[in-house]
Amino acid sequence: MKRIVSIALLMAGTVLLSGCPKKHNVMEPPTAGSQVPGSSGATGDAASASSRAFGSDAATQGANGMGADATGPLARKVIYFDFDKSEIKPEFADIVAAHARNLTGHPGLKIKLEGNTDGRGTREYNIGLGERRAQAVRRALMLQGVAESQLATVSFGSERPAVEGDDEAAWSQNRRVELVYAP
Amino acid sequence: MNRRFSCLLAIGFIFFCSRTWAALVVEITKGQADAIPIAIVPFGTPEGSGALFDVAQLVSGDLARSGRFKATDRKDMIEQPHSGAAISFDDWRRLNNDYMVVGQVQPLGQDRFNLTFELYNVLTHQRLLGYQFSANKPGLRLAGHQVADMVFEKILGIRGAFATRIAYISVLGSLPHKDYQLIVADADGENPHVVMQSNEPLMSPAWSPDGQSLAYVSFEGRVPSVFVQALKTGERRRVSAQAGVNQAPAWSPDGTKLALTLSTRDGNLDIYVLELASHALTRITDDPGIDTEPQWSKDGQSLYFTSDRAGGPQIYRVGTQKGDKPRRLTFQGSYNARPRLSPDESQLSFVTQEDGGYRIATMDLRGRGDVQVLTKGHFDVSPSYAPNGAEIIYASRDRGRGVLALVSADGRVQERLVSSEGELQEPAWAPF
Repeated sequence: MKRIVSIALLMAGTVLLSGCPKKHNVMEPPTAGSQVPGSSGATGDAASASSRAFGSDAATQGANGMGADATGPLARKVIYFDFDKSEIKPEFADIVAAHARNLTGHPGLKIKLEGNTDGRGTREYNIGLGERRAQAVRRALMLQGVAESQLATVSFGSERPAVEGDDEAAWSQNRRVELVYAP
Repeated sequence: MNRRFSCLLAIGFIFFCSRTWAALVVEITKGQADAIPIAIVPFGTPEGSGALFDVAQLVSGDLARSGRFKATDRKDMIEQPHSGAAISFDDWRRLNNDYMVVGQVQPLGQDRFNLTFELYNVLTHQRLLGYQFSANKPGLRLAGHQVADMVFEKILGIRGAFATRIAYISVLGSLPHKDYQLIVADADGENPHVVMQSNEPLMSPAWSPDGQSLAYVSFEGRVPSVFVQALKTGERRRVSAQAGVNQAPAWSPDGTKLALTLSTRDGNLDIYVLELASHALTRITDDPGIDTEPQWSKDGQSLYFTSDRAGGPQIYRVGTQKGDKPRRLTFQGSYNARPRLSPDESQLSFVTQEDGGYRIATMDLRGRGDVQVLTKGHFDVSPSYAPNGAEIIYASRDRGRGVLALVSADGRVQERLVSSEGELQEPAWAPF
């Protein structure tokens, strides 16, 4: 439930304050976000709040020392796709670029790309589509210099939706690749 | 029959401590107009034997559920004979019954029962069947399904599939904490047993040809692996854990091999055959598109599968011998996927897209390849044939919930299996 609320807030362009007890965030009021797909969104350095809406990688910021960029593209770890498509849309290019820089700058980091689809269609074919999306992100990262050994993919197809529902509002949230840093 | 029965008992014993879910309730959503009227008279029990399992109710429910029979309401039965000699055929004819079943259940001491039944043609007064079973108390349910099977076959000439089982996935809980269960139940949804439980997705259950094992995909550890689990012992083996995708297991007809979907390092999904004893892998398809959802032909010589090599997903067939070129089978529409072959190989059932919805369709394999769309839902997927080919069970959605549904292979009869809990997915009908 928290996850759904978080996503909704993110979509509204709001940065959500972290509720994660493990981290030592300075809790400040939400800052105008760079989370709207299509916004330039690369200048999140002023913000101190951290989004925990997606991904389960508490390790990222600790591991790479880039916690100051918590609302920048590096803090965004989900790339969304159009129906039946695996092309990375231009508005997500900055996210891919930021993670590519992070991974090339920290060769010890490893990342898992988790491909997902919406709930329509047959389950096993959706595994294929999810894998195709994860591979699209993998290729984009490799083109920007990330070593193959830092990257792994997995496809959950339509088995792990981020949001429940039988409508486009839910589907658009589920067609995604999550970037999950290894702990 | 005995073998199946002892197998059922074993499952019950092994998983007696696992949680089981409320049985499924059947709602017939579209019946057959020319259903055959039949009276299943409540079976006789000796005075003072207490409340025994209502076998006649179960037989009546099975036959009505098939959509091919219309069971006479008990309220309309003037008398309740328990043997042929006691039947006044003219009275039953006046109530428009074509057939009737009478029988008795006699206790034979501690937890042992003798069940007899007879099937009569009401018009000709002819005795068509007369059988006797012995069973323990839980076995009476199975015996009832077997009575229904025999009546079904005698009248329609089609082997009954009431005494068979289904497997399916049930998903409980809400995001982000979901509980995935692989369940085996009787074909009517009764007697559900959890055979595997995980907090990561389970998918694609497939019965071994002998009905003793299930292959399935488990994401435990957040990576997909294919497992084979023996139902009697609960013993499970990880049979495929290659890097990348391990999906869509399908048993070869002789039970020695699995066709499955694996991926190369750059994520290209192709179909392979895994020999279970030697672990030897043979690559069957080699195409940059997604090739998946394989299903064997009965002779083990070819595989039907889904491929989007031509753009959208379509169904193809390829020989398992080296170098055979896949041949495309579906041309109607932009989405045809997950083929399943009917037991007599006369038709293929698959998922097709029509008016924006995903529906269950069949294609005639003997004639001109005619396609018939059987369902009208928006999210109808995962068709699986009953072992007699008369019905197809599939996954659907009803008011935002995953449910199982049935449609006769000719599309004339439809029904829903409603569970009180959980999202139901991917039904797989067991062999006889």
